Order: sequence, then C-alpha cells, then structure tokens
Amino acid sequence: MKVAISVNGRQVEAEVEDRLLLAHFVREVAGLTATNIGCDTTSCGACTVLLDGESVKSCTVLAAQADGREVTTCEGLAGPEGRWHAVQRGFHAEHGLQCGFCTPGMMMAAVSLLAENPDPTEDQVRAGLEGNLCRCTGYHNIVRAVLAAARDGQQHEAEARYDQASELPGEAS
Amino acid sequence: MSIMGTRVLRTEDPRLLTSGGVYTDDLRVPELTGAAYVTFVRSPLAHALITGIDTSAAADMPGVVAVLTAADLPAPPGDGDPAAEPLLAGDRVRYVGEPVALVLTEGRYQGEDAAELVSVDYDPLPAVTGVEDSLTGETLLFPGTDSNIIGSGTAGEWDDAAFDGCEVVVERTVVNQRLAPVPLETRALAAAWTGDRLTIWSSTQNPQLARGAITGALGMDPAAVRVITPDVGGGFGAKVAVDRDAIAVAWAAKHTRHAVRWIESRSENMVGMVHGRGQRQTYKIGGTRDGRVLAYHLDIVQDCGAFNRLGAFLAQLTALMAAGVYDLVHAGASFRAVATTTTPIAAYRGAGRPEAAAAIERAMDDFAAEIGMDPAEVRRINVVAPDRFPFTTLTGATYDSGEYAAGLDRVLAAADYPALRAEQARRRELGDVVQLGIGMSVYVEITAGDMGGETARVVVGDTGAATVFTGSSAHGQGHHTAWAMLVQDELGIPMDQITVVHGDTDIIPEAIGTFGSRSLQLGGTAVVQAAGEVKEQARRLAAEMIEASEADLELDTARGTWQVRGDPATALRWGEIAGRAGPDGLAADARFDATAPTFPFGAHLAVVEVDTETGKVTLARHVTVDDAGRILNPVLAEGQRHGGIAQGVAQALLEEVRFDADGNPLTSTLVDYAAITAPELPSFELVASETPTSINPLGAKGIGEAGTIGSTPAVLNAVIDAVSHLGVRHIDMPATPERVWAAINEARAGR
Amino acid sequence: MIPAPFTYQRARTVEEALDLAAEAGDEGKYLAGGHSLLPLMKLRFAVPEVLIDIGRLDELSYIRDEDGHIAVGALTRHHDLEYSELLAAELPLLARAAGAVGDPQVRHRGTIGGSLVHGDAASDLPAVGLALDATLVARGPSGSREIAMTGFFRGLFETALEPGELLTEIRLPKPSERGWSFQKFTKRAIDWAIVGVAVQGGRVALVNMGSVPARAAGVERALAAGEGPAAAAAHAAEDTSPASDINASAAYREHLARVLTARALTEAASRS
Repeated sequence: MKVAISVNGRQVEAEVEDRLLLAHFVREVAGLTATNIGCDTTSCGACTVLLDGESVKSCTVLAAQADGREVTTCEGLAGPEGRWHAVQRGFHAEHGLQCGFCTPGMMMAAVSLLAENPDPTEDQVRAGLEGNLCRCTGYHNIVRAVLAAARDGQQHEAEARYDQASELPGEAS
Repeated sequence: MSIMGTRVLRTEDPRLLTSGGVYTDDLRVPELTGAAYVTFVRSPLAHALITGIDTSAAADMPGVVAVLTAADLPAPPGDGDPAAEPLLAGDRVRYVGEPVALVLTEGRYQGEDAAELVSVDYDPLPAVTGVEDSLTGETLLFPGTDSNIIGSGTAGEWDDAAFDGCEVVVERTVVNQRLAPVPLETRALAAAWTGDRLTIWSSTQNPQLARGAITGALGMDPAAVRVITPDVGGGFGAKVAVDRDAIAVAWAAKHTRHAVRWIESRSENMVGMVHGRGQRQTYKIGGTRDGRVLAYHLDIVQDCGAFNRLGAFLAQLTALMAAGVYDLVHAGASFRAVATTTTPIAAYRGAGRPEAAAAIERAMDDFAAEIGMDPAEVRRINVVAPDRFPFTTLTGATYDSGEYAAGLDRVLAAADYPALRAEQARRRELGDVVQLGIGMSVYVEITAGDMGGETARVVVGDTGAATVFTGSSAHGQGHHTAWAMLVQDELGIPMDQITVVHGDTDIIPEAIGTFGSRSLQLGGTAVVQAAGEVKEQARRLAAEMIEASEADLELDTARGTWQVRGDPATALRWGEIAGRAGPDGLAADARFDATAPTFPFGAHLAVVEVDTETGKVTLARHVTVDDAGRILNPVLAEGQRHGGIAQGVAQALLEEVRFDADGNPLTSTLVDYAAITAPELPSFELVASETPTSINPLGAKGIGEAGTIGSTPAVLNAVIDAVSHLGVRHIDMPATPERVWAAINEARAGR
Repeated sequence: MIPAPFTYQRARTVEEALDLAAEAGDEGKYLAGGHSLLPLMKLRFAVPEVLIDIGRLDELSYIRDEDGHIAVGALTRHHDLEYSELLAAELPLLARAAGAVGDPQVRHRGTIGGSLVHGDAASDLPAVGLALDATLVARGPSGSREIAMTGFFRGLFETALEPGELLTEIRLPKPSERGWSFQKFTKRAIDWAIVGVAVQGGRVALVNMGSVPARAAGVERALAAGEGPAAAAAHAAEDTSPASDINASAAYREHLARVLTARALTEAASRS
C-alpha cells in the first residue's frame, strides 16, 4: 500500500508492505537511523518518536496508521541553523547518555513529557520515563538532564514573556 | 591548570544527540548494499537429539538466498573434545535458543517468514535445569563424559578444623541468581567481501579479539579479515569478542560469498546472548562473640549453562576474591563448574567479583546478627588496616592499596547512620506497617586482571592536530573524551584539535579492547606513554630547529608551544615541528603491560522501606564510596558508578532469569524479565574518594564494575535488616515482594 | 518481531468498518490503538489475515456529560481519560486507572474500547468498568445494542461481543456513592498488576484474580451488611481463581487481594 508521512517536516511517500512498522519506515524508508529498536514487546522505548506531537513507540504503530500524519524524530529536534533543543542541551550538560542507543527515544519521551508537564518534579520525570529503558546510566543523569531542560524551557518562556511585556507601553523594564 | 581531574563534557555527545549513533544495523555503507538478511532458526527445546532438518520449504520461498545448517559447515578440527561448542547444532541441541540453522533473505521482513518454514525434527532428552540437577549426573550433556562437572578448583589452604576455635559459626546456602545483561542494542554483525578480503562490522567490545576468534574458527588468514566496530549500544561484558552466533553469520558470508547483515530480536537475545552470575554458594563463617571473624569458607557451584564459555573461570575469580576486604585468620574457597541445558554463562558486569562480595557481605551481616552486634562495627573490626598494603589475601589476591574502614566511615557519615538507626527503632517501636532497613557493604574488586596490556599510537600532523589510535574499544565509556584529555595534558594540544580513533583492525591491528574495567589504567597509560614518546621526538627536533640544547627547552602545555625556557620569542608550534619531522609528522607507538592488576574498593549503604503487609521494597537512598584511584574525569566516573549501582540494585530486588523444569525460559521478553526502570531508583549519593595505586603512572584503577559489586549486597542486607526484628535471617535474591512476604511469614511461624 | 503478512484496510465510517468486518469474517480483526493486538501479532501469537483500522473514527472519541451518566466513546485514548477534567470531577476512578495503564507512550495510543474488548483480566480498565457498573453500546450488522458490564466478560479473552460487532460507547452512571480507590500492585511501575482493586462506593472489582474480570461479591455483600473495610476485605479472595505464574503464587495473590481491598476501602471511605 502507499503511505505518505511527514517526517521532521519532510513529506516521505512510498509503496510499503501493509505490515511495515513505523519504526522501520523511519529507519529504512525515510533513512533516519537515530531511532533504534531495542525489543519486541513494546517495553524498552528506544523506538519512541512523536506522532502529531505525542510520544509513541514506533515499533507498535504500523506505518499505515501514521499515514498522513506528522512524525518527529531525534533528527528533527534541533532548530534552524542546528540550534540544539533544550532536551539535547540538557542531556549533554548532565552526561545523560553513555552508549547513546536509548538516547533518541529517551529524548523524544522527555520532549513529550515536558510538553504535557513543563515543570515536573523528579518523581514525575521518573514516572514519565517509565516506558524507557536505559542500561548504562542508572537514570540518575537522565533525570537531571530532563529537569535541566525543563528549567531551560521555563527560562526561555520567561524571557519570551519579558520580551512581550517590554513591548507594551508604560511597562517598566 | 591541568585538565586532569576536571569535569569535561563528552566530545562523543554532539553526534549521538543529533544524527544518532551508527550502530551495526544502522550501517548504510556501499559494501552492504544488497546484503542478505540473516535470521536464525533456534531450538525450542532445552535438550534433544536432532533427527532431521528439512529446509526445502524455506529454500523455495521467494526472496530466500540460502538456507544453511550444520551439514554445510566444514568438519570441525578434529580434537574430539566432546564438550566443544559448534557454530550450528549438529546432532543435538542443549539449550532453548541454540542456533540450528540460518536463512539468508533479500528482504528484512522475509527472514522470520522463511525461518518458520525450516522444519526440524527433535527427539527430546531430559533437561538439566539447575546445578543440583546437574550434579546428580543422571543426565549427561556430553556423551563420553562421566559427569557434568566442567571444571573445579580451590583457593587458599583450607582445613575445616579452622572452625574448631570459633565460639560462633554460621553456615548458609544462598543463591546468586542468573541474570541477563540486556544491553539496549542486541547482538549484531554484518560482513561483506571486497575482493578477497572480508570486512566484518561487529557490535563487540574487542574488534581485534573478534578477528582472532572468527579467523580461528573459520580457518582464515587474519590478514584477509578486517573487523570494524561501529558504535556499540552497550556490552557489559556480554559482547566480549564474538560468540558462536556472530561467527556463524561471518561463516555464512564466507560460505555464500554474499554480503550479509544480522541483528537479533530481543526475544532471541534473552536466550541467545550469554547470561551472567548463576552460582549456588555455601558460606561458613566463624569467630568470637566480640566480633572477630576468624574463619571463612565459600563453596561455589557455578552454573555454566550448556557450554563452558567462561563458567569455570568466573568461579575461579570468585574464589580468588572470596576473602573480600577482611583480614582473616583462615580463609578458603572451593568451586565446581557444571553444565546445564540452559543458555551459556559468561561475563556480565563484575564477572565473578559481585558473587564474591555478595557472599562475604551477606556472611558478615549473618555473623553480626548471630552475635547481636552492629554490622558496621563487625566490619570495622575485621577489615584490612590501611597500613597493611600491599596485602595478600589467604585466597591468593594481592591488593595494591585500600582504605576500607575509612570508606565505610565516610558512607555512614554521609548517610547519617545514627539518625537512620534511630528512625528504624522508632518505627519498630510503633509497629509501623512500613519498616526501615539499613544495609551496607564494604567491597574490593580486581580490575585489569587479564594482564594482557594495551596499545596506543599518537600522531601529530603538520596542522598541529593530534590523532590518537587506541586499542581500547569504548561502548559508552567516553574514552574519546578521556584520551583527548590525557593528550592535552601531556602535549598541550587542545582537545578540539585531538581526534581519537578505535575499532578497526586495519588501523589498530594489535589490541585487547575493553572489559574488566581495564581501559583507563592500561589503554590510557599506553596513550600517555605514546604521547610522551612523541614529546621526546618533538624535543629533539625542536632543539635542532631552535639550535638550543634539549635541556634548555620546555613545552608550555598551556599554549602548546616549545621554546627555550624563559624565551617565548623562540616558541615553535606543534605543527611546525611535526612538519619538520616529515610527511607522516610525529608518531609513536606504545604498549603498556601492567605488572599487576589493581583493586578498587568502596562501601555502599542502602536505605530501604519495606511494606510488611505486601513485602514490597522501595529503595529510598543509596550512598556510596567507590574508590578507583586517581579520577581523570569525574563526569565519566560518576556515570559509570550510577550505571553500575543501578544494575546491582536490580539484581538485589528485581531481575532473575528463570527456567521451568523442562528448561523452557520463563523470562525471555522484557515484559517478564524485570529490567530496572527509572521509577524504581532514587538519585544516588556519591562520595568522592581517591586512593591512588602505584601500579600505573596514572594512579588509576578501574571504575566500570565497582558500583555493581558494592550495591547488590548493600541492598539485600538492607531488605533483610528491615525485617530482622521479625525474625528474618535471610532472603534470596531477587528480594521480590512475595519473597519478602514469605520470609516474614516463615519467621513469624517459627516463633 | 515482525508480524506475519496481512492485508490492511482503513474504515472511514462505522458502517464501513462493519462491512469490512463482515467481509473478512473470521480472518479479520479491528485495529484501534493496536497496543493489545500488535504486540501479539509481532510475536506471531495472533495471525489475522485482515486488519480493519478503526483508529481514524474520530466520532468515537469523546467524553460527554449526558444527564445522569458519562458517555465515553470507545476510541477514547487512555491519555485523554487520564487528563479529562470532566472525569476528574465525576469519575476520578476511571481517570486514575487510565493513567496507570502501561506508560505514557502506550497511553497515547491505547483506547478504552480496545482494552475492554481484549478482555484481559490482568488489565486495569475491565475491573474499573465493573466497579462503575458500566453499560456498553455495540454496533453490529443488525443495529445497536446495550450490554451490561456484568456478564460482558465470558471467559479467557472472551467477551459477549458477536463476531464483527464494534464497541462504540461506554456509558458510566454518575456514582451515587462518591468514595473511590484504585490500588494497583506491581513490582515495577510499568508492569501489569500482580493484583489490583477498583472500588466505587460499595462496588469492588478485582484485577488479575482469575481468567475473567470479576467483582468481589463476597466483599460487596459484607459491605452491604454494614461491615467495615478490614472485615469486608477478608472476603476478597472468595470465589476467585488467581494464577500461579512467574510474578506471584496464587496464595500470594489471594493475600494481596485482601490487603489491597482493605486499603482501597479505607481510602474510598476517606473520600466519601
């Protein structure tokens, strides 16, 4: 069957087997291999991508189910001119990765978590990453990375609000 | 200011965080265009004769390139070892998951379809699923042998009379359960012919050893094979060199002359990749009522799985390290390594040393409970004093340096031990449903014990940039960052001008690679030595160029320039000197062979809360000292400690590989195997401690496995401590809620 | 880890879904969020030849206050149940339980309808549906019908749905007794319940205490007779047949059922 999926803003159209998993569509048809496959029971979360902005395990979604939708992967996190996403900055600053295999999926799960809860507690971060396995880091620095990204995001929001406020007449700076 | 010991973020990160690592299944190199996908047919039975294999239906399926069985293998070199492990099972299978055949398909998805069509006839044999079963010898795995015992041995001079003088003797048989390593990237290998040379991409910790294993098994000239290590998604010891599945894939490429690629599914990985641990241990500990331990003996029965990949050696390491951090009057260990019809057992983070620490740390608590003494106090009385190093234990290890009591005192202080005991007492007094448990361990472990040395080459080119070629083979450890730090410190070339290369046998033909926490102390030292040799070459050349004597020259490592001491006008840059050296710049090779292993040590304290109605355990705090000598980069060292701790906690509380009586695996998916996740862990509290070693110029020991070794016994001891007032004296790992509940019930019933 | 080959069909309307299902007969399965079905297919435990994707039937995704009851469309995702303000106010038991299913990624895909129709006694929502005394609405070739939650689960993974019938709505009466609790006992946060208990007022339902989701009749009788939480909870394991498996023995499950029921009833009482 034919599917057309927007991956990181780029339309990818292909004739695929009905049973093609979204994870393999991303990796083999769209050619983006940052998203990894770590299990076969929807357990490990290494394959996590965003589907219309929400985290999903792409190994348990058919490409057919994502037809006409928007998929965001790790490769799509950085902004124009390659400016890193707050989550990428957090993972680097806090040494939130070692072998890197779980990292793209972990970051996408974190992006989705922060979109739904921009100012999480440590417990909420741990609970929010319950579907993502890491074997290298013991999660300690991953949690720090996500909390750093949250603060980073809050900082930018505050700055944006400040910038907006300063545009209003009569506001003190 | 020197960069040594400072917090440096990783140079590996930018690529991994943006485009992602390139792991073996990510490879899109031209040589692998059109590569056939390999899928294994694996035994569904633990023990059976193979009476027939029909590959015709599979071979006829569209898209199938080849179907291979043992019949296609060349006859094995005739040394007639009945316990030799074949690439593909020949006349019988000995574990669920053992490879029996493999199919090559054009498309990835066709692989499982084709594998399903291979029809294998089995004649079941009785399974041998535990060490007790194996020891009876009722069913032998290997015809022509008279028992399932693959190896045996002892450590230390031992006489049971050692316990005669003891006022108190405690004996217990405990289980150090079988674990699955579960690296996030499963096993993978790809291979392609370029003319008469076979290039192999392998998810391995040791590309050079992998090449040796493959060429040895396949009767190939090593010069005809190139092994490249792409990014590796975790190893933990389970990806040392290559195993039979990977060699079988390489063989498929050799046999068919077709490019191939293989990555196993997680379900295959859970039964096909080596498992870890798997010991039945009997400890006997005796001493005086005032806390002095006089005698300790550990007997080990090591489950090897179906073949002796490493089982006997692991047990030997456990025996070697059996005495732990203690200064004992009598100590000894004995082991038997036995075969069972299960997945073979080999190295997994700690590889023999967690087992030793777990046994003696449990024994110490057991002894403390018997005499009614604080377990911290018992340890203080018995640890090796700091002025006794180098210290040779009764089981044959010589520890280089250690501050065992100090390490214990520091975690106790960091955790506020008296306050914890007070809180525990308060809850016991009130009969709270949720009780507090405090557990500790003081541990020592052996790193770089293989004594194989490591290689390095450092090159400085005419741009002034340096390239480091290392025999180490990182799979998450951050060696590129660390080795660049070493070279910056030695040569004054800034890190962003330093490239580190590893993992290609064409570029680095001789090396051992990464396991046993050896890389910094061996690989790092080799890098420093090679850099040091480059420095001397530069000094000689600079002296010529400046027309000064070598003795008057200095290297300004802050600026990265050579000059006459005190005369910056004479300064030469690295690039100028390298350009003068010739077209290949400045280059030096080094090989560092340490004279002995090193012995990191530490202490862990775990605080758990136990719901006495359900048995559920929550790890509330985990405080550690993990002393691995001089720390090069605290960021990397802490990361290794965190990861190690998590895996050790997982053994104490959650993880276990299980088989039923017929040898069928019960934990062959990540649903059933309880790999630890973020909500089950707290953030860890790490205390810094650096007691250098004199064994290498870096003063460094290995940190990679220490966290795992210290954490498991501390957590288990904490769980038992939480319910000891109810009469519980022991709980086997993993201390699942049901096990804790059952222990409480038994203890209450026993009163 | 790859499903056996199948034909994918996408339904654009409920009618089309029913037609496609009738055509496919035994060889067809509906595909909603896919997080019960696809994992089985990837391990080749299920090998349907036709998958009818109903995931785009947005008209079946809603949570509405309908005068005495809350109407939930069968394709409403666990995530939407978890974050629904309406449910937080009227049916917090459902919101809480939905938020405990799997992990966030699973909750972005899995649906309440898919969970109920899969009929796994180890799943959380069947027990919640029982505790809330839901009524299910199903559409078949001959029209719509209502099915009471009690009696919906017939056997191991077996429900009262006829072949080809499509669950469209779950109707949940607004509870008269407001006390509620959801107790889910696991080793790890992500695990299926070893045992779970859902309480709404005097109704108590159990998770994973047998092959069929069921209410704890003995507990309910005791509560109705005026017994307190501890005494009523003592009946929790009556007439259950919990499994012994790698996660727990039957005896331990029975014990947990009593402990969790006592805690749930105590918590529910504190909320009423």
